[in-house]
Amino acid sequence: MIYLDNAATSWPKPSVVLDAVMHAMRDVGANPGRAGHRLANESGRIVYRAREAVAELFGAPDPLRVVFGANVTWALNLALRGLLRPGDHVITSSIEHNSVMRPLRALEREGVALTVVPCAPTGALDPQQVADALRRETTLIALNHASNVVGTVLPVAEMGAIARRHGALLLVDAAQTAGAWPIDFVADGIDLLAFTGHKSLYGPMGTGGLLLGERVDPARVAPLARGGTGSRSELEEQPDFCPDKYEAGTPNVPGLAGLEAGVRWVREQGVAALRRQEAALTQRLIDGLRAIPGVTLYGTGDAARQTATVSFNLAGVPPSEAGLRLDEEFAIMCRIGLHCSPACHRTLGTFPEGTVRFGLGAFTTSNEVDAALDAVRQLERNA
Amino acid sequence: MSPVYYVILVPSTSYAVRGEHVLNQKGIASKLIPVPRSLSSDCGVCIRVAADDLPAARQALDAAKVPYDSVHEF
Ligand SMILES: Cc1ncc(COP(=O)(O)O)c(C=O)c1O
Repeated sequence: MIYLDNAATSWPKPSVVLDAVMHAMRDVGANPGRAGHRLANESGRIVYRAREAVAELFGAPDPLRVVFGANVTWALNLALRGLLRPGDHVITSSIEHNSVMRPLRALEREGVALTVVPCAPTGALDPQQVADALRRETTLIALNHASNVVGTVLPVAEMGAIARRHGALLLVDAAQTAGAWPIDFVADGIDLLAFTGHKSLYGPMGTGGLLLGERVDPARVAPLARGGTGSRSELEEQPDFCPDKYEAGTPNVPGLAGLEAGVRWVREQGVAALRRQEAALTQRLIDGLRAIPGVTLYGTGDAARQTATVSFNLAGVPPSEAGLRLDEEFAIMCRIGLHCSPACHRTLGTFPEGTVRFGLGAFTTSNEVDAALDAVRQLERNA
Repeated sequence: MSPVYYVILVPSTSYAVRGEHVLNQKGIASKLIPVPRSLSSDCGVCIRVAADDLPAARQALDAAKVPYDSVHEF
């Protein structure tokens, strides 16, 4: 069995992650911050340590500005819905996941102006086009750090500089890069960093969050949900401070325990080392695919400019058939179709059929890459 | 009689745990306890430190920019 669907969610997880989840459920278990007894406090510490691990990974100064939620989709909705008001103008790219595009399209109907800057057919974004799209009312630039379809990495630091010069904020969807690509929250000029726990941070599904930078005033960001926080219980109004303002309801403590373990595991391996390993395998895959007649490869074709996610098509074999045969005949798991990103596939010219996507991860081996290449060769031969 | 403990009231459990962590790093003993009902109707926790440690504790929290609401004898 070869798992090449890491772009959807990483698997397997490091065993320390499973241990941490079990520890939280078996030995701690209490509701954090709602009682003050020893188990409740220990539960609160688990959540705090997860905040600290995430803040340290991204070089963010304040762990209390790490807000946790169910996933990056939740975090992106919080940032976009929380910040944007009718009359505001927001800029995004043409390779976004629907978790950015759908909230933006909904806000557009409510009076927020939206510019979708076109990316090249490789997914590459020209910073000048973003600068040219700025208007007086532009309050936000919202972009994914890397495409979940072709892995192409966008120039986040340049975007940070452009946003700053203009007095706008930069929101980054780091779903595909957090843990797999170096991110410096401060130096890159990111104001809001949305991450998901279950991909390259190697945590459980159902974890994610939003980092708020110093230029983001919580008073300007409305919460998505209101309710109990264990703090200011005498008030019938939602607390106005981070992270409580955005974290109504009991958090996913076992999940966050696993997330902390995942982030610590990533830091022990080192993001740079994981990147080198994945870049080498990605280039091996790209070069192998290119050598197969009938394969159309999408993206930059350069592992230095993309994450370990590779999209391609095979002449005469529709993606749906390729996916089924890879699973049934070769036990290779990948993801085919539109990958929740019609915009990106339009940019690549692969809408509406989509592509076959191989997503490598920290546990992918070169033997697995070679076996996957062999499988594609066989599919091609009896196409 | 001088007090044995002080309690430091913070906005929420997240802050209490962060405060505890900061104090720990400075070698200052602390304990998270439920906010005494007499001080606040909040149902959260606060940080208890020995009276002798209060000045160092305040300094450590200030240096780490951990906001706290108030300090009380306990
Ligand atoms: C770029 C991008 N944004 C958002 C998401 C949504 O992630 P989640 O389902 O964890 O919210 C994904 C992954 O599916 C993604 O790759």
